[in-house]
Amino acid sequence: MSATTLKPVIGEPAVFAPISWKTPIVLGVLGLVSLLGFSLFAAPGAISQVAIATGNDWLGTIRVGFDSRSSIIVLTAAQLLLAGWAWRQTAARRPIRIWLPISFGVCFVGAFLLWSVAGSQQALQFTGLLSGALFLSVPLVFGSLAGCVCEHVGVINVAIEGQLLAGAFLAAVVGAASGNSWLGLLAAPVAGALVGALLALFAVRYWVDHIIVGVVLNVFVTGVTSYLFSTVLSHNRAVFGVVEALPAIPIPLLSQIPVLGPVLFAQNVLVYIMYAAVVVLQIMLYRSKWGLRMRACGEHPKAADTVGIKVNRTRILNTILGGAIAGLGGAYFTVAAGLAFGKEMSAGRGFIALAAMILGGWRPAGAIAAALLFGFADNLQNALGVIGVSIPSQFMLMAPYLVTIFAVAGLVGKVRPPAAEGTAYKG
Amino acid sequence: MSEDKRDWRRVFFKIINGSWLTSLLAVVIALLLGAILIAAAKPEVQTAATYLFARPSDFFVAVWNAVSSAYSALFQGAVFNFQTSKTTGEIFAPLLTSIKMSTPLIFAGLGLSIGFRAGLFNIGAQGQIMLGGMVCAYLGFTFQMPYVIHLAVCLLGAFIGGAAWGFIPGVLKAKTGANEVIVTIMLNSVAIYFLGWLLTLDAFQKPGQNNPISPAVAATARFPHFFDTAVDLGFVLALLAAFGVWWLMERSTLGFRIRTVGQNPTAARTAGMNVETSYIWVLVIAGGLAGLAATSQLLSTPDQQLTASVAGTFGFDAITVALLGRSKPLGTVLAGLLFGGLQAGGYLMQARTSTPIDVILVLQSVIVLMIAAPPLIRAIFRLPDPDRRRKKQAKAKLKVSLQEVSA
Repeated sequence: MSATTLKPVIGEPAVFAPISWKTPIVLGVLGLVSLLGFSLFAAPGAISQVAIATGNDWLGTIRVGFDSRSSIIVLTAAQLLLAGWAWRQTAARRPIRIWLPISFGVCFVGAFLLWSVAGSQQALQFTGLLSGALFLSVPLVFGSLAGCVCEHVGVINVAIEGQLLAGAFLAAVVGAASGNSWLGLLAAPVAGALVGALLALFAVRYWVDHIIVGVVLNVFVTGVTSYLFSTVLSHNRAVFGVVEALPAIPIPLLSQIPVLGPVLFAQNVLVYIMYAAVVVLQIMLYRSKWGLRMRACGEHPKAADTVGIKVNRTRILNTILGGAIAGLGGAYFTVAAGLAFGKEMSAGRGFIALAAMILGGWRPAGAIAAALLFGFADNLQNALGVIGVSIPSQFMLMAPYLVTIFAVAGLVGKVRPPAAEGTAYKG
Repeated sequence: MSEDKRDWRRVFFKIINGSWLTSLLAVVIALLLGAILIAAAKPEVQTAATYLFARPSDFFVAVWNAVSSAYSALFQGAVFNFQTSKTTGEIFAPLLTSIKMSTPLIFAGLGLSIGFRAGLFNIGAQGQIMLGGMVCAYLGFTFQMPYVIHLAVCLLGAFIGGAAWGFIPGVLKAKTGANEVIVTIMLNSVAIYFLGWLLTLDAFQKPGQNNPISPAVAATARFPHFFDTAVDLGFVLALLAAFGVWWLMERSTLGFRIRTVGQNPTAARTAGMNVETSYIWVLVIAGGLAGLAATSQLLSTPDQQLTASVAGTFGFDAITVALLGRSKPLGTVLAGLLFGGLQAGGYLMQARTSTPIDVILVLQSVIVLMIAAPPLIRAIFRLPDPDRRRKKQAKAKLKVSLQEVSA
């Protein structure tokens, strides 16, 4: 570009890569939003109330009142400091650690929440907000885990939506027909695995473009389930109209932990399976023979084949496994919530799960963080809708999607998918 | 083997290798699968199945009745009505309805096909249609203009609205490397809520209405219809757009760039092409075309208004259309017509035989899946592999050379 000639100095590179200012710019803009939007518009003297359930029966809930204006200003100042720190790090070519955007996000959301309940008689139900967020993110977590498994083995899974829907359908049908939600929960992964098997059949065996198969399978599952819903299920509403919810099982001791206890350990069994799945996958994917083999198939199938791994068999089996995981997540919509099946009840969650997986950089841990973020944002508008905030509800509903776009564009940048994903191995 | 026998073989292979046979067999498989679903859900069939072994004929008669009545209704709703119609106009009315229904699918499908050929998976047609619809409708019902100009302004507005929504993922992909799949999915949802909010504003809401509905566009902005049929100028514009896309992709420098970027971005960059600008162009054009899809939902008949469901499911159906059309303009037009026909026929089928229209989704998806996997069709129908001889020869050659090496 410019004709600057640097004299090579020993120990320092002669040419520097251009500095990427994305992160500090995004943080700065959000900090200004917090400053101009929340701090200055909070009415002086208003009180923001926050209610926290402790999980102890005898303590009940604690209500805390903050002075809105000063507390928001404190949080905004913290954001601006963090943005400034990011600026310094970038200018000095030092890496920005992950804690920085995370703590920035916490401060930003905190300022927003305090601003939204400022002066309201209603208190912000902090514990309810978190546990609701966790519950809403269940299908997203399962979906994004399914995506991780499939993509690491080299198969692009756009059919998460279909797998969720199939799981929801079969879980509801089996659960209602047998009158036992537990059987429904067992049936859900079977349905997801069937969709995963179709994906594997076409993508791996017949070399069809993975995205085409995924998109079309979504349509297929939507068609079949909606058709059966309008005919068989609607004709026998007495049987299929009632689905029992899985009971919430509070774990003794753990559910007594203040704040976190009721949020994390007073949920139903599907949520506990989710914890286990997250931990197991995060470890197995990067620390086990199985994980190494599947990642080899996703990164360099030829090399995997050379050392004796059966690439296509590994791909097929793991795609089916991924489908089963997503199918299990589908149980959330019906048996976990105690709802009968409804047409297209997954409502695009599969695509959001896909986005969460990409946002999380194709890693289970990252995907879960992104899925929780979506769940939180989803629940936020429920919670704030109760309190009655002055902004049009549509903008509240829009917020998580806008945040994602910001995050994808600014904070994550270029994340790298497995090298051989979406390619057929014709060995 | 005699000479003429080999000739016959060649003709035979040509026939089974031809993509039209694959397509035909794909449709056959889809119809068979659909037939199973239709029959399985009929109460008459279910009752007959309970005494299947006592009187199997009852069962098969019930199946035949259910399937044949559903499919004949589907055909009559999509192509022509040979039972109840009297005049020529009535006979071909279903076909014209199918053509009208295919118009938005063709527009949006064309846009998506450009994206696919550039290697971009743009799922954002849904949002782009909505944005196009917002701008188009606003220009249509707010301003007073003379006849031709008003229509042109509305069309331009629809294009610009969609293009603007496509520009966002394009520029983010180019400048930051943001994955277009996520951004377009997110923008779809943003568009839904944005439209919902707009329809609560006085500028958009129909006066005296509490429902989120806009006024209808002025008569000056509406498409002229051909001979009082359902088909309007929009379909002709869709065909023109298909020709335009063909010219763009096959005959222009930009199209060459787009195709090269789609095939191999690294090679394109090495050859001095600006990959980033190509991404922006692709998504802007794709968005604009998707925006035009909204026009047939707004400018066709006087009872059309801007509502939250202006985009229907066209944006997602169009993905299947573009895939079925193999991302080629002519293919997209034909696929759009097929899907429009299935849609139109599906309504009649639902009305007449109470077979839910959802079965159409199954037909559509199975057709696309099967067409994408010719080896599967060959396996199902026990057709020989056209490459088999070549493979055999290659194997034999390899064996010979291996023997030479070992010798």
